[in-house]
Order: sequence, then structure tokens, then C-alpha cells
Amino acid sequence: MSPRPIRLRRICNPPVISGFRPYGTRSSNGKPQDVFLHIEEYEALRLCDYELMNHHQASVIMNVSRPTLTRIYARARMKIAEAFVLGKQIIIEGGKIYFDSEWFSCKRCGCFFNNPDKQVAVKECPLCRSIVFSNYEEVIYEPEESITLTKNRKYESRNHQHRK
Amino acid sequence: MKVAITSTGNNLESKLDQRFGRCSWFLIYDTATKGMEFIPNPNKDAQNGAGPASVQIVASRNVEKIISGEFGIKIKSLLDSLKIQMIVLKEPEKNLEEIINMLNQ
Repeated sequence: MSPRPIRLRRICNPPVISGFRPYGTRSSNGKPQDVFLHIEEYEALRLCDYELMNHHQASVIMNVSRPTLTRIYARARMKIAEAFVLGKQIIIEGGKIYFDSEWFSCKRCGCFFNNPDKQVAVKECPLCRSIVFSNYEEVIYEPEESITLTKNRKYESRNHQHRK
Repeated sequence: MKVAITSTGNNLESKLDQRFGRCSWFLIYDTATKGMEFIPNPNKDAQNGAGPASVQIVASRNVEKIISGEFGIKIKSLLDSLKIQMIVLKEPEKNLEEIINMLNQ
């Protein structure tokens, strides 16, 4: 039996830097070695230690289970500790991920829109000011492919409909 | 607030362009002053990198929303980090005047 495929982890925003380099190494034997920190591990660390969420809240945001989030987080700390102790440079890249912000679909004009400012809740459709819209969670961003939201695709409003 | 709309032509009768990166024109519409500006898209026939180059054009006009039929995967994360809202409208028959009327409701 083949193993269960890895669930794609949802990332809010790509990291602003692509890595860290140590300086002032005591035993200088050429170029420092690399530690590859996956973007999902960066995101777990950001949510838990910067946004100060607990593992359950972070796992909901990354769209994985709570035990998986804890494993990702543990791996992130292991890698960063390794880089600190052995003076390796950290390179943030890779991982099974997709970037996402929340998407909504309007019931009146049929448009789809996202919410770039995650701190503020969406109150109305930005196009027709309708207050009847629902979360649209079926959009999966396949890497290297453009987003297509076809009209004939069935989308069902989930339990949590936003109504004012 | 400024809104960018992708357009097939440079007048209000033209239809919404269904592509963002390689659309023919951008309409920058200011909802406060009702001012309009049509910008031709130099990346219309670009082989690659049309999306990010187009984002640069509209981002330099300080828009807060972009209305188009489709957004490429490269643009998505870029617009997310610039905090520009994307509105996907899958109605190629809508012309710009109708969309502006919707915005002014």
C-alpha cells in the first residue's frame, strides 16, 4: 500500500527573506553548511512564536491536523537549533505548500474576491455591496498553474455563512 | 479609493478583459473623484513575466482593488503581500460602464 499523500499546507504570505547567514565563525573552514528550513516550518514558527497562537489555532490556519502542526513546529525548532549550534546558514525554501488568503463568492453578482487584510473581517461584496456571500474554500492552487474559477464548478456554501 | 479594471479597449463600452497580465488596457477608476485613466498594457504580447510587470503598473497607481477575469499564480502571492484585493468576475460580456455602476451602488 502506498502511503497517504501529504496534505498541502496553507501559507498566508511568503517569508520576506530567503535565509540567514552566520557571521564571525570561530573555526573558519570555508563556506558554512546549509540547513534547509521548509516554508511550512517557517509558517508554523511564525504562527506559534510570533503570532503567539496555540498549536490548535495554528493548525486550523495551515489547514493540517493539530498533531501534524506540532511535528512541523518541532522540526522547525530542531533545524534552527542545529543552525545556531553548528553555525550553519539557514535557507528557507521548499515544502508541500500553497499560498492562500481567504476567498469569498458573492451570491448577487457572482464574483469571487479575497480578503488581503486578514485583520479586518469582510462585511460586504467589494463590487456590488451585497451582504450575501459565502466562504469559498474549494479553490486549490496547484503550483505553476494559473487560477481558474469556472462558473460551472459547483460551490456549496459551508455551514459558516456570513450573513449580517 | 482607486480600482483597476482590466479592459479590452479604451472606452467605457469595451468589455472586461478576462486575463490580468496580458489584458489590452487597464482602467484606473477613482471612486472618490470619479476620475478615470486608461493605461495601455505594454505586456500584452509578452512571452513570460507579464503578470508581475502588470502588477507593477497598477501598484504604482496605488490601487486597492483589481477586477479581472483571472489571476495567475505568480500574481496571487504578490498582490497578497501588497495588500491589493483581487476580484474575479467571470462575466466576459460585462462592459466597463456596468462595472463602474456596480461599484457606485
